[in-house]
Amino acid sequence: MDIDFTLRTEYHAELERVRASRKVLKELTFTPSLPERGYNGRTLHVDVGTLAVAEKPVTAQMKDVFVGGRGFGLWYLWNAVKPTTRWNDPENEIIISPGPVSGITQYSGTGKSLVVSLSPQTGIPIDSNVGGYFGPFLKFSGFDALELQGKAEDEVILFIDGQKGVMRFERIEGCPEDSHVLAEVLTALYAEDDADRVNVSVVSSGAAARNSLIGMLNFSWFDQRRGCIRLKQAGRGGIGTVFRDKKILAVVCRGPRIKPDLNHVADKEVLAQTAIKYHMEIRNNDPHQCMMRRNGTAHIVEIMDAYDLLPVHNFQYGSHPDTNRIDSAYWQQRCTQRTSDGCWYGCSMACAKGADGLVLKTGPYKGHMVTVDGPEYENAAGLGSNCGVFDPDYLLELNFYCDTYGICTITWGTLCAFVMECYQRGILNLERTGGLELTWGNAEADLEMMHQLARGEGFGLIAGQGVHGMKRIFAERGWGDPALLQDIGMEVKGLEYSQYMSKESLAQQGGYALTNKGPQHDEAWLIFMDMVNKQLPTFEDKAEALYYFPLFRTWFGLNGFCKLPWNDVVPSDNGTTSEPAKVPEHVQNYVDVFNATTGMKIDKDELIHQSAKVYNFQRVFNIRMGKGLRQHDVPPYRSVGPVSREEYESRAERYDKQMREEIGVDPEGKSLEEKMAITREFRMNRYFKLMDSVYQRRGWTPDGVPTQARLKELGLDVFPEVVEVVKAHGG
Amino acid sequence: MRQLRIDLTKCNYGKDCAHECESACATRVFKLDDPALAALHIRDHGDGTGTTILCDQCGDCVVVCPAEALKRNKLGVVMINKSLCVGCYMCVGFCEKEAFERNPDWAEPYKCTSCGICVKACPHAALEIVDVPEPAYRII
Ligand code: SF4
Ligand code: SF4
Ligand code: SF4
Ligand code: SF4
Repeated sequence: MDIDFTLRTEYHAELERVRASRKVLKELTFTPSLPERGYNGRTLHVDVGTLAVAEKPVTAQMKDVFVGGRGFGLWYLWNAVKPTTRWNDPENEIIISPGPVSGITQYSGTGKSLVVSLSPQTGIPIDSNVGGYFGPFLKFSGFDALELQGKAEDEVILFIDGQKGVMRFERIEGCPEDSHVLAEVLTALYAEDDADRVNVSVVSSGAAARNSLIGMLNFSWFDQRRGCIRLKQAGRGGIGTVFRDKKILAVVCRGPRIKPDLNHVADKEVLAQTAIKYHMEIRNNDPHQCMMRRNGTAHIVEIMDAYDLLPVHNFQYGSHPDTNRIDSAYWQQRCTQRTSDGCWYGCSMACAKGADGLVLKTGPYKGHMVTVDGPEYENAAGLGSNCGVFDPDYLLELNFYCDTYGICTITWGTLCAFVMECYQRGILNLERTGGLELTWGNAEADLEMMHQLARGEGFGLIAGQGVHGMKRIFAERGWGDPALLQDIGMEVKGLEYSQYMSKESLAQQGGYALTNKGPQHDEAWLIFMDMVNKQLPTFEDKAEALYYFPLFRTWFGLNGFCKLPWNDVVPSDNGTTSEPAKVPEHVQNYVDVFNATTGMKIDKDELIHQSAKVYNFQRVFNIRMGKGLRQHDVPPYRSVGPVSREEYESRAERYDKQMREEIGVDPEGKSLEEKMAITREFRMNRYFKLMDSVYQRRGWTPDGVPTQARLKELGLDVFPEVVEVVKAHGG
Repeated sequence: MRQLRIDLTKCNYGKDCAHECESACATRVFKLDDPALAALHIRDHGDGTGTTILCDQCGDCVVVCPAEALKRNKLGVVMINKSLCVGCYMCVGFCEKEAFERNPDWAEPYKCTSCGICVKACPHAALEIVDVPEPAYRII
């Protein structure tokens, strides 16, 4: 597709306005530093209410128990809040922490930050893994983490200049708040000149985050070739809502010009060799394995469709005849391939695609020509097939507005699919939605619901409460049968499902509902292993996978790694290894990269041990906040089996076969209702059995509480408060 | 070192140079099957001004390449050793002049080698190859 990206709408007037009306509230100085062996040894605490700033040392215990990233975030949050703290209390924090390996340019996928906060949706800690340049810039300015606490009176911008060692709180009258404008103008404002824009990254949210529980954070980077900012999202759990509630408009970091080895690693040689081996492997294998470099994550769309796992119509079905309109063949020609496509330097997986030249058809930016990041698989499936939207331009427009308004695309996809199913079943109607005809595939109504949310009005405000909130509101108003709403509303612990139809994968059902933060593929993405590669044939295999993989993937978040370079492309001989699902060569790469960076000497078992400390700590944290027991790990039935008659009938053969072969009941002569009831009982029991095995394997009680023995094993017994929580719950 | 330079006051944005670079350099030297790919780009702003995107052999990419696939040759020109390149595209991401080009097949990226074919193609003598001292490696 030939697109003249120079016609993109530019925001010169906004920039002039912002330039003219900025007011410095407070300025401070600090001494910039670069990490040694991955750590600076200090973090930054900012109270946006009082504008007080303090540096804190990184203790040996923090490194030993929590490593970095998500670990540091959880530790700081634990100390900041009480069991009674709610998300909108000033003491709630947003912690941004990149982790010791983050910022390395040699190995792929090492530019991530972890963002942790008490979630408005779940009331427990949420962690979100995000690309973009902010985390590495923060680290190369001198800080291993940033804590944002308090609540500002009026909207404030925090600027951290890691080149000059200056920090400023500023206020800008009439500043735009939607991310694609805000990040663009702030990048220009805080860069010294055009060439300096690559050194600036902006964390921001948007108008919808102000009016909803589902707000997300955008982390920007300047795409030199496109000449515009791009955005990556810390999407899950509503951290953008917390950010806007604190009246933070943006946090901006200007880092030093990036060059290799700013982490000052312990062993450059080992790092270089491991990295080169990995890049070569991606280069040679990606074209035959998944074409990630060409298509980004959207390549999974057609695979999921082919295996009947793509969410369609609120996870009712797993495939759709129109999927070819939004599959990778389409995105390949729609995404403009102009650059190295990493969300950080040196990522040869290169999934950060961009679609240029989208002229918006609706909303406040109607007529503007914009660049949209992606779409990623989650967006294509969530905003697309799950809502029956197969028009790619509308899909991109939904994606764009989610991004700029600061809404999690995964959450929006799932909640909109829920709303549409409620509309399908008559639980909602034109009167109840205030005139929005939310039929499957009606992208215009979908967009209008989103614009309403950004404007703070109408049914959009109800949607912005998320699926969990909507279930409550609908039940209060007598809309629909609460039991049915529970069955079809795809959330656990208050967090919406990400975009895999898990009905036929027991492992993925557990992977979703047994997570700490709520159902999200980054903790246990087992569906591919289970259903496509058939690597988890037995019940025990599944339980073991639900022990190992969440821990393994937790580790990425401790260090600042992206999860994709682990198993999207694998070594040619991976299939012949003893544990192909784990991709042993890549696990060893991670061990080597970590050791080469920090100078420590861990092995693959210690890697899991490091994760287990943080994972179990997070579980206890959940329990401390009132959620994190067995009752909170129960999935909605839609995730496990067929809720409706149509769903059963769409796979009747498969369900009948299961009844005959696994349940031992002859379906012949049984009514559909009887068959559905038998299937439901079987599938839920099977899920609970899996739950028991997983809890046992994790060292938890049957109620899901880590035992004191397990805490001791992990060295968490040194924290009396942690032990107390566990004791109080029979652990 | 040999460096390609452009005098934009002489340039009329007719892009003969880029076309020549496409057919000569991109197809013959880099064996790309799409002649729309050139190592030299002229962006016409449509108002009589423009920007050229060309490699000035500054060597920034040499520093960031993790595989030591980039080296200056005897003439000081930054050349890519295809057999060492691991396709990480650090050079593409880092080149401030946007002169390291992405290969659509994700094979080795490519760049201007100061070959001078475009110089001969320019009817307005806007391009020239000059010999300038090699810059000390910038600490980037
Ligand atoms: S694989 Fe994609 S998301 Fe991960 S670091 Fe690379 S570009 Fe970013
Ligand atoms: S051939 Fe000469 S005049 Fe024409 S675009 Fe190139 S440099 Fe400019
Ligand atoms: S390709 Fe870019 S970075 Fe490399 S020498 Fe040329 S101008 Fe410099
Ligand atoms: S793509 Fe090749 S030449 Fe460029 S930095 Fe990587 S290894 Fe070096």
